Amino acid sequence: MQHTMPYLSIPIMRKFDTSLLACCLIGAVLAGCSPVADPLVTRDPIEPFNRQVHAFNRGFDKMALRPVAVSTKGNGEGAKRISDFSANLGKPADILNNLLQFRLVKASENALRFGMNTIFGLGGLFDVATAAGMPANDTDFGETLHIWGFGEGTYLEVPFMGPSTTRDLAGTIVDVVIDPVNTLNRDQVLGVAGVKLAAKVADRGRYSDFIDSVLYESADSYAQARLLYLQNRRHQLGQDADDAGFVDPYEDPYAE
Amino acid sequence: MLNDTSTLSRRRFAAGLALGTVAFALPMRAAAMTVDQARTLIDKVVGDINSVIASGKGEGAMIAEFERIFAKYADVPVIARSALGPAAKQASKAQMSAFTKAFQGYISRKYGRRFREFIGGSIEVTDAKTVKSYYEVISVARLKGEAPFDLRWHVSDKSGSLRFFNLIIEGVNMLASERAEIGAMLDKQKGDVDKLTAALKDA
Repeated sequence: MQHTMPYLSIPIMRKFDTSLLACCLIGAVLAGCSPVADPLVTRDPIEPFNRQVHAFNRGFDKMALRPVAVSTKGNGEGAKRISDFSANLGKPADILNNLLQFRLVKASENALRFGMNTIFGLGGLFDVATAAGMPANDTDFGETLHIWGFGEGTYLEVPFMGPSTTRDLAGTIVDVVIDPVNTLNRDQVLGVAGVKLAAKVADRGRYSDFIDSVLYESADSYAQARLLYLQNRRHQLGQDADDAGFVDPYEDPYAE
Repeated sequence: MLNDTSTLSRRRFAAGLALGTVAFALPMRAAAMTVDQARTLIDKVVGDINSVIASGKGEGAMIAEFERIFAKYADVPVIARSALGPAAKQASKAQMSAFTKAFQGYISRKYGRRFREFIGGSIEVTDAKTVKSYYEVISVARLKGEAPFDLRWHVSDKSGSLRFFNLIIEGVNMLASERAEIGAMLDKQKGDVDKLTAALKDA
């Protein structure tokens, strides 16, 4: 499901604005340390601005991303191969983040997964590790920040990328910079960026029923996308308390 | 004499302890039974869903099947009322029953349509527990070519019979999502519940 969420994501250009990063990091610090978040709380102080970005992203999806993604999807097999290949290229960064998170078991699981898929999955085109029952263990620097005690900050809708938070955007930018793949030569790095971009388009096609229902069939697609992203992200970070997401419809249900 | 009373009190104490244990154990056993019942309920729901997925029927038939399952096992009136939010308090009985009926159809079409993605997959109940005033039944959905994902059912017997009232898919709360969605639809109808009910029939 993780892949379905950043429905408009494309890799951020490698040249990034350091002041933006600083702002994001400061934002994340100010957001404070709250390891357990109420899954139903939404912090969105710049909602009017975010809604404008959402309208822009929706227009971009409708005019450019969706037509390309849906028309190139075919029977979905090619899209799945691109998606698996891209995920495998992202594994060195996952392993680095696992190490930064002090999660040594996950780091070694991801190393094993990377080895398996690279060797037996034809360089990562086939995800044999998942077929063998290994956990996906996807991670990112946003999760590393979470483990280091940073709160999620506030909700952000990022142009071309879609739903995020101040912490997760900072994480995305750091991920681009610290990716071990960057040590390859320039053409290879560009190739990897191209594959990741193609995978975003492929995923938009693979999950088009679901994404279309959120973007084009909701009465308020902004509110739906925000709720989906925040709740799914908190779940992914293991922030659900025991009674996470408990909405009690029996509070006063039969009162007429 | 002294010995006797002490024996007696010791006996009484033992009896009291035994009674206390029974009194304590009874609700525990009752709770355990209901957790099992909640799990059995979701086992049935999941069994029904799996057979619909496996039937390979067309979309219209799948949606009809989903509506039947939803009406049979979910506490639809409570879900509908909760999704409508504060406006439910002002609505008349007739308005609520029309809204609930339209809501049931809307949910069935919305989620029934997504069944296509489940073809070739299945759901399996893995655990159940008591949380606060309700039961949580945990299941895992395995879809073709996807990593397994987490599906949690919130079950309650407060309506008089055991029914599920919420579904959490990979952390995403369906009741919260529908509250936001129905709230937005009601705003579009300027707070008019009758117009919302009419709009739901087409949604």
